[in-house]
Amino acid sequence: MLRATLKSLLARKLRLILSGLAVVLGVMFVSGALVLTDTLNRTFDSIFADAYAATDVAVTAKPALEISELEGEEVPAPLPAATIDKIKTVSGVRDATGRIDLDGARVIAADGKVLTSFGPPRMGVNWTGVDDIMEMRAGRGPESDDEIAMNAATAALSGWQVGDRVPVLTREPKKMFTLVGVWAYTGGRDSLGGVQEVAFTTPVAQALMLGEANAFTSVVVRADDGVTPAQVRDDLTTALGADYQVRTGEELAADSAAGLQEGVGFFNQILLGFAGVALFVGIFLILNTFSIIVAQRTRELALLRAMGASRNQVIGSVMVEAVIVGAVAAVLGLAAGIGAGAGLGYLFSTMGGSSLTLAPVGVPLSAVISAFVVGIVITVIAAVLPALRASRIAPIAAMQEVATPDRPLTKLTVAGSLVTTIGATALGLGLFSDTGDTTIWLIIGGALVTFIGIALLTPLISRPVVSLLGRLFSWSLPGRLGRLNSGRNPRRTAITAAALMVGIALVTGVTVVMDSAKSSLKAEVARVLKAQIMISGDQAGPRPPTYDPAVIDEAATVPGVRAAAGVYHDMVQIDGEQRYVNATGDLATLAQAYGTTAPTLTEDQLAVSAENAAAWGWQDGRTVTVQASRGEPHTYTVAHLYPEGALPGSIILPAGAIKDFAITQPTIGYIRLDDGVSVSAVLPQIKALVADSPEVTAVDQQTFVDDQAAGFDQIIMMIQILLGLAILIAVLGVVNTLALSVLERTRELGLLRAVGLNRSQTMRMITVEAVVISVFGALLGVTVGAGMGSAVTRALENDGITELVLPWPRMATYLALAALVGVVAAILPALRAARLNVLGAISHD
Amino acid sequence: MTATKTGGPVAARAEEIWKVYGSGEAQVTALRGVSAEFGRGRFTAIMGPSGSGKSTLMHCLAGLDTVDRGTVHVGGTEISNLGDKALTRLRRDRIGFVFQQFNLLPTLSAAENIRLPLDIAGRKPDPQWWETVITTVGLSDRLAHRPSQLSGGQQQRVACARALIGRPDVIFADEPTGNLDSRSGAEVLSFLRSSVREHGQTIVMVTHDPVAASYADRVVFLADGAIVDELADPTAETVLDTMKRLDTQTDPVML
Ligand SMILES: Nc1ncnc2c1ncn2[C@@H]1O[C@H](COP(=O)(O)OP(=O)(O)OP(=O)(O)O)[C@@H](O)[C@H]1O
Ligand SMILES: [Mg+2]
Repeated sequence: MLRATLKSLLARKLRLILSGLAVVLGVMFVSGALVLTDTLNRTFDSIFADAYAATDVAVTAKPALEISELEGEEVPAPLPAATIDKIKTVSGVRDATGRIDLDGARVIAADGKVLTSFGPPRMGVNWTGVDDIMEMRAGRGPESDDEIAMNAATAALSGWQVGDRVPVLTREPKKMFTLVGVWAYTGGRDSLGGVQEVAFTTPVAQALMLGEANAFTSVVVRADDGVTPAQVRDDLTTALGADYQVRTGEELAADSAAGLQEGVGFFNQILLGFAGVALFVGIFLILNTFSIIVAQRTRELALLRAMGASRNQVIGSVMVEAVIVGAVAAVLGLAAGIGAGAGLGYLFSTMGGSSLTLAPVGVPLSAVISAFVVGIVITVIAAVLPALRASRIAPIAAMQEVATPDRPLTKLTVAGSLVTTIGATALGLGLFSDTGDTTIWLIIGGALVTFIGIALLTPLISRPVVSLLGRLFSWSLPGRLGRLNSGRNPRRTAITAAALMVGIALVTGVTVVMDSAKSSLKAEVARVLKAQIMISGDQAGPRPPTYDPAVIDEAATVPGVRAAAGVYHDMVQIDGEQRYVNATGDLATLAQAYGTTAPTLTEDQLAVSAENAAAWGWQDGRTVTVQASRGEPHTYTVAHLYPEGALPGSIILPAGAIKDFAITQPTIGYIRLDDGVSVSAVLPQIKALVADSPEVTAVDQQTFVDDQAAGFDQIIMMIQILLGLAILIAVLGVVNTLALSVLERTRELGLLRAVGLNRSQTMRMITVEAVVISVFGALLGVTVGAGMGSAVTRALENDGITELVLPWPRMATYLALAALVGVVAAILPALRAARLNVLGAISHD
Repeated sequence: MTATKTGGPVAARAEEIWKVYGSGEAQVTALRGVSAEFGRGRFTAIMGPSGSGKSTLMHCLAGLDTVDRGTVHVGGTEISNLGDKALTRLRRDRIGFVFQQFNLLPTLSAAENIRLPLDIAGRKPDPQWWETVITTVGLSDRLAHRPSQLSGGQQQRVACARALIGRPDVIFADEPTGNLDSRSGAEVLSFLRSSVREHGQTIVMVTHDPVAASYADRVVFLADGAIVDELADPTAETVLDTMKRLDTQTDPVML
């Protein structure tokens, strides 16, 4: 039995390769994600191990707010200089140095643009000399207050050289410094993990980075010889008390790496998500292939049955085939995954011009195991139905002409309706009712089950739709034959189209939600925002762009300006929850600039949107305690409620809160003009004011709204690219189905050629079949996607997505693309059909 | 004797054609210098033992296969040096086929199958001729049926109608009755004969059956890739006799 299985497996190499490719791609994503994660994790481990190699023990003050790497940079609390003296008295401490290292030193490059970073921070540090892992490339460390040094990566990116006057943005607006030195790290590295670093003298670093004299962010301790770091850590912990965190260099390295690894984990989940989609689509493809193989082997299997093979043996033979295909796909997928992981790692390490020294690519055991489990399990699942069908072949079929009668679709339709209903119900529950933690699973599961249900219904739908679609091509005989062929095997057409449906439905769904959100945002902004000029910039990386607060004061004095207000942003903790807050110099001015009215807040008052106030139970007059990124908690009274959207953000704090924010400069600005003053008259003056804050520009309202909405287009773009993979797999399915059709209809093709159908007509016939199947799949996808997208949009109505926009042009593009895909998918099968030897084809069986 | 002439106008002609399959040990010479003419408006049967080259000869005559040496003419056109495009056109417009089995496209109705060569060419059938063919073939009430809903004999009649509808220079039929019982076979054969007698159609038919051959005007006998005999106005008996004689000549009975 096994021999027979292997023989027939070999005879069907090409087909299995095609469908196996779907599994290969899925496995590639899974193992690629794991390889990438593993490599990056080890990279971070080694970076931090290096960075803290010279640190025996480090002391930091507990941060006011503990936040994870995903949410932003944690802001260390300032550590008074007096603590250093205290540390030095502890036994076993040889030496203690105060350090300042904080994100937010942004160098303006030689071309006038601010150096951006997509991940690694832009550190401003105090110069404490050249330590064991550093080496000077040029010059020396800063000695006077207008001197800086920078690491080689920053120097290379910015184009500055020793002796140049370099503008740097910090807590303070642009300041000029003389670059006196460039340093690098041992082993010829320009940076540690792509981090940009600028070193100031200690007092300057304290003023510009920390905003506090005589304080540090950490104290680096060297232990006496013969004393272990752990010993010193314990002694220091006892001496300093609970307000301080004392960690050995190793612990610090591990903690820092863990922070970044959390971010990598998130990245990993996205990759795995797409692997899931790819595999889901792959199941359709494999199911289809195995069904076809079983249909083609009907006589062979019947013969085996007639010779005494049991049903289980027949099932076993199909399953063995599936396991072999799955295992081969797993091996190939794993290899491709290692390649992809290494490639992505390389991309990651060079992203945004940073130069990360990647750890050698390794293959974690988890990648190998999951490759095999995923590859084999998916293939076997997909082969179950065809195997069962194979086992039901009666021995008598061996003696009959192979005829696959059109089995009725009733059962399938009932099952499909049932499954669709279950899926849609789960989806609806997830979207519209409060189901807590299970919500996301209800939505994902609901969507998947709905897809399966619709796939089951597809054969039924395919009859009328395919024949309707086909009519578009029926003006010529090849077109008509193609149409008839595509309607010939509704199950096969349906499953091929369904695979395409999944990818296109997801893309369309996301597009509907994003376009609706975009349009809602635009409408909302247009409705409430009366400011005509905005100061804002594009955010690249974790830190938002900021500008000099003096710009607002100056803007307010420009003739024609009625009101100008800057908005500051932070994440704070209130009642144990992390919330985003805004703050502004004067709420009344902000309200005027924004287009509403509000009172001026005192130092102990805050404003909150009415909807959030209701949700959180913050009635007027209640007090809330807010812990900002730094400093002490502050208690405010709820003094003003405003309709959601009437003012920016959901919580607005008074000016006094700003000094405790992680970023103490405004991130956005609103400027409203006097009635009758034209924007074009004032805009150039405001632009001139922000010239020294190159992270932002002054824009009119239209540009501002478009910029804000551009983010949605980016998400759509990303989704399109990533789901392109699912669509690619589906295209393989179309190729596969067509190749099989050509094979199965060899004799028909021979006959047609014998009675005079020429090659190009033959190719046209195959192409029409492919286009009809693809467009049918796309039509299903667009419809299902628009439905799901609309449901999600409706569910988000209360979250501000008030408009439902069906992206007709995009949907039309997807359909057109599907037609193109059909044409492309048809190329090889069509060529093959056209090249058939007429005589050989006629006598083929 | 490897040449056979008919006198009168010629629909198809083979001159000294050779066909060799394979190479080396496995080399088979299927045709060794066959020359034959097939008169216009005549019904010719080709007979001979299995493997004698009947199908090969027919395929070469019909432009389905190429010859290694010699020339083939169909209706005055030399086809032995035509490319695929021209051959396809030739088959479409000037040649009709009836195969032993699998003659029809399962997706098309009987009527559509009959019209297929015309549809491929983008031509309309001449209504009168259409009527004539449909009536002669006796399928007026089955035209909307799919091949799977027709009997084997009916399917072959549809195939014959398809071959006739374009009024080709010549129709080639390879064992058209090979899969049919004698009654259905007789129906198909009478139909073929009447299209020759009444409408001047030229038909070349390969067969193993002396009775089928007796419907023809002339029988050509092939053996081992060469024409060995021919018979005009055959009856089943004369055909059988000739076959027996050829059999003993080429393969003496061992006692
Ligand atoms: N494609 C081919 N490759 C190799 N040899 C071939 C091929 N087609 C035919 N032959 C050989 O050529 C010879 C003639 O074959 P052909 O099919 O013409 O015989 P036939 O007279 O039609 O026989 P039958 O009555 O069995 O149909 C045979 O020996 C056959 O084996
Ligand atoms: Mg033959």
